[in-house]
Amino acid sequence: MFLDHIWLIPLLPAFGATLMFFFGRRLQKSWVSAICVGVVVLAFLMACGCVWQYTAWADAHDHQPYEKIVYTWLGTGTGHTTYTTREGAQATFQADAGLLLDPLSSIWLLFVTGVGMLIHIYSIGYMGHEGGYYRFFGYLNLFMFSMLTLVLANNYALLFVGWEGVGLCSYLLIGFYFHRKSASDAANKAFIVNRIGDAGFILGMFFVVWIFGSLRFTEVTALARAGHFSSETLGYITAATLLLFVGACGKSAQLPLYVWLPDAMEGPTPVSALIHAATMVTAGVYMVARSNALFVLAPDSMLVVAVIGALTAIFAASIGLVQNDIKRVLAYSTVSQLGYMFLALGVGAFAAGVFHVFTHAFFKALLFLGAGSVIHAMSGEQDMRNMGNLAGKIPTTYRTMLIATLAIAGIPPLAGFFSKDEILWQAWKFNHYLWAIGFVTALMTAFYMFRLIYLTFWSPSRVTSHEVEHHIHESPKSMTVPLVILAFFSITAGYLGVSPSLGGSDRFEKFLEPVFANRVEAAEAAPASEEGSRGTEYLLMILSVAVGFGGWYAASRAYGKATKGYVEPIAAAAPPVYDVLLNKYYVDEGYDYLFTGRRKVGDVRLGVMGAGEASSWFDANVVDGAVNAAGWITRLTATVSKWWDTWIIDGVGVNGPAILARMLSYPARMFEWGLVQWYALVMTAGLAGLVFYYVYH
Amino acid sequence: MESMLHISTLHYLVLGAALFLLGVVGVLTRRNVIIVLMSIELILNAVNLNLVALSHYWQGMSVRFGGGPGALHGQVFAIFIITDAAAEAAVGLGILIAFFRNKETVNVDEVNLLKW
Repeated sequence: MFLDHIWLIPLLPAFGATLMFFFGRRLQKSWVSAICVGVVVLAFLMACGCVWQYTAWADAHDHQPYEKIVYTWLGTGTGHTTYTTREGAQATFQADAGLLLDPLSSIWLLFVTGVGMLIHIYSIGYMGHEGGYYRFFGYLNLFMFSMLTLVLANNYALLFVGWEGVGLCSYLLIGFYFHRKSASDAANKAFIVNRIGDAGFILGMFFVVWIFGSLRFTEVTALARAGHFSSETLGYITAATLLLFVGACGKSAQLPLYVWLPDAMEGPTPVSALIHAATMVTAGVYMVARSNALFVLAPDSMLVVAVIGALTAIFAASIGLVQNDIKRVLAYSTVSQLGYMFLALGVGAFAAGVFHVFTHAFFKALLFLGAGSVIHAMSGEQDMRNMGNLAGKIPTTYRTMLIATLAIAGIPPLAGFFSKDEILWQAWKFNHYLWAIGFVTALMTAFYMFRLIYLTFWSPSRVTSHEVEHHIHESPKSMTVPLVILAFFSITAGYLGVSPSLGGSDRFEKFLEPVFANRVEAAEAAPASEEGSRGTEYLLMILSVAVGFGGWYAASRAYGKATKGYVEPIAAAAPPVYDVLLNKYYVDEGYDYLFTGRRKVGDVRLGVMGAGEASSWFDANVVDGAVNAAGWITRLTATVSKWWDTWIIDGVGVNGPAILARMLSYPARMFEWGLVQWYALVMTAGLAGLVFYYVYH
Repeated sequence: MESMLHISTLHYLVLGAALFLLGVVGVLTRRNVIIVLMSIELILNAVNLNLVALSHYWQGMSVRFGGGPGALHGQVFAIFIITDAAAEAAVGLGILIAFFRNKETVNVDEVNLLKW
């Protein structure tokens, strides 16, 4: 019953968004809250029902995914869209508006609707005093619709519709306070950088359609797992997966397309929590996990994914060490944790990556919502240098954020420990260097997260103004209850995926088995090296925990007693390093020079736009100059021709005989003088001549 | 004195030639149209003289050569020419009067309507 109406899940929030679009301005705030939050609660309940029913259905149907096609969207079925694939098979291009429910999308469905529901409830309290209330909830519902379309899509094309939709909603929501230039700039940046990734995604889709003849996940996965491919085709598959990964980099903020996510903190905090922590940025991970059959065929792409994930993780963590804005720290933390997820996907541990997405959604959303609560309590102050000693004043926020920090630092038995540890273990098995990068990143993560806790809650107060200090109060229930719920899940969600080495049954991975059942995975469970690997696994686990506590200890030494004007330890130890980190490695400035074309050296524009201007100059002057020269030469020959025609042809050819005739006519005219006596003389002369002729001959 | 000049036919022919020449020069040279007409009469009369002189010569020749008392051809032809001259003079004067009505002049130089 639920499964038949699975299409309601994305459409309920779409309905809410439509109502807001048409009637939102006239509705009271309570109505807006009721409608928009209500539809998301309903969607969550439907999602629970659908997943519940799916588990039963899957047992009955050999763990096949449940597919429901609502209508045929692209492609006509009349045979006009047939083409030949790379392998020579005939294929029809068709993309339906269809929904697919399998273990992977179930997980995403549950946490997207669940965390989304909690954030909607939170927003009632957070945005209660803001203007544009209906607009906010309308956009939020539109976002839920797009994200659910993305997650439930059964083919790449519909997934891309959702992909673009979440990008659009990200733009609308980041630029929610559009009268602030920084916010609208950040929104533009997010959308444009996303679009760059989307170009890669579209090209990847074209490759997939060309090689496999279909865009549906079930068909592509079946073909990829069953087929034998020549090395040339494998090369194309590698290209396709790399391009799809470019799209994932844009959406999930990996190097080099991560630059939009820190700036996206200009949006309201619930937006940061929902879009940039729990849901939109995981879309890239979802897409790569969905395409796991393709990636498995292209080990080079997987290596690229793993390396970029690891580098992003450590890069972003290093920047997060020194940021002063509480939301910026969390933003870079998100980029770093996303790097972990891609590292997991790249080394082949798909289930571990998905597990980290799941646990991360809870504790990162909790961190952002908690930060929002702190900002709310501090009357809008976001700089941690002006906070301190808030633990007693906002207890619920403090306790929940502490739980989330313990989770993200990987302290057992909270959720983050299990997921992060699984990733590090799989990375170790793949490549020790990647493990080392992940390990150092874990140390940095613990350090900067506890730095946040110390500076905000535990250190002496550095609050600057007295009115702010007097105004510090705990947030309303609508904001704290979601925090508590998320804290509960941050603690317990890990138990779904306890690895066998710790005695758990790892139900998470078993649940996902049908999705990731690639042929290559068979070599994983080699019992011969069980004991040795067990020992290493325990050792790595202990190291991770040690690193978590070590980061805590280092942060306590540096910030435990941070009074006004405290000195950052990195700034004290190595000021140049501190400057570089504080300025985010100058990446934004670098992009400015290279790509945006706003920098000039004298009159010459730099970067890619400068190359464009140079080409334009070349075209206008050299190429068009050649064209003009050709025209000039043509005119010159025309002038010469004209001279020839005027003087030689007309002068000599036409007028010459005329002049000659006139000159010859002068003597001839004498015969017709008109004088009678002249005629008589001529007659007489002729007569005399004849006479003489006859006489003397 | 016995050296009386014998007037032979030759003298008549010479006179005729001289008159002819005078007439031709007059036609070619004189400006007045009436004088030109008179010169034309002179030419015709010179021709008459030649004809009559030669007719007389042939009358003195024997019959065997085409002469004799009946060889009056030249004299008869001279009568014709006189008639012809008279008619021609009449016509010429008629042309002159027609021309004079148009151009008010008897100057032959001014007969130049066909001049280019």
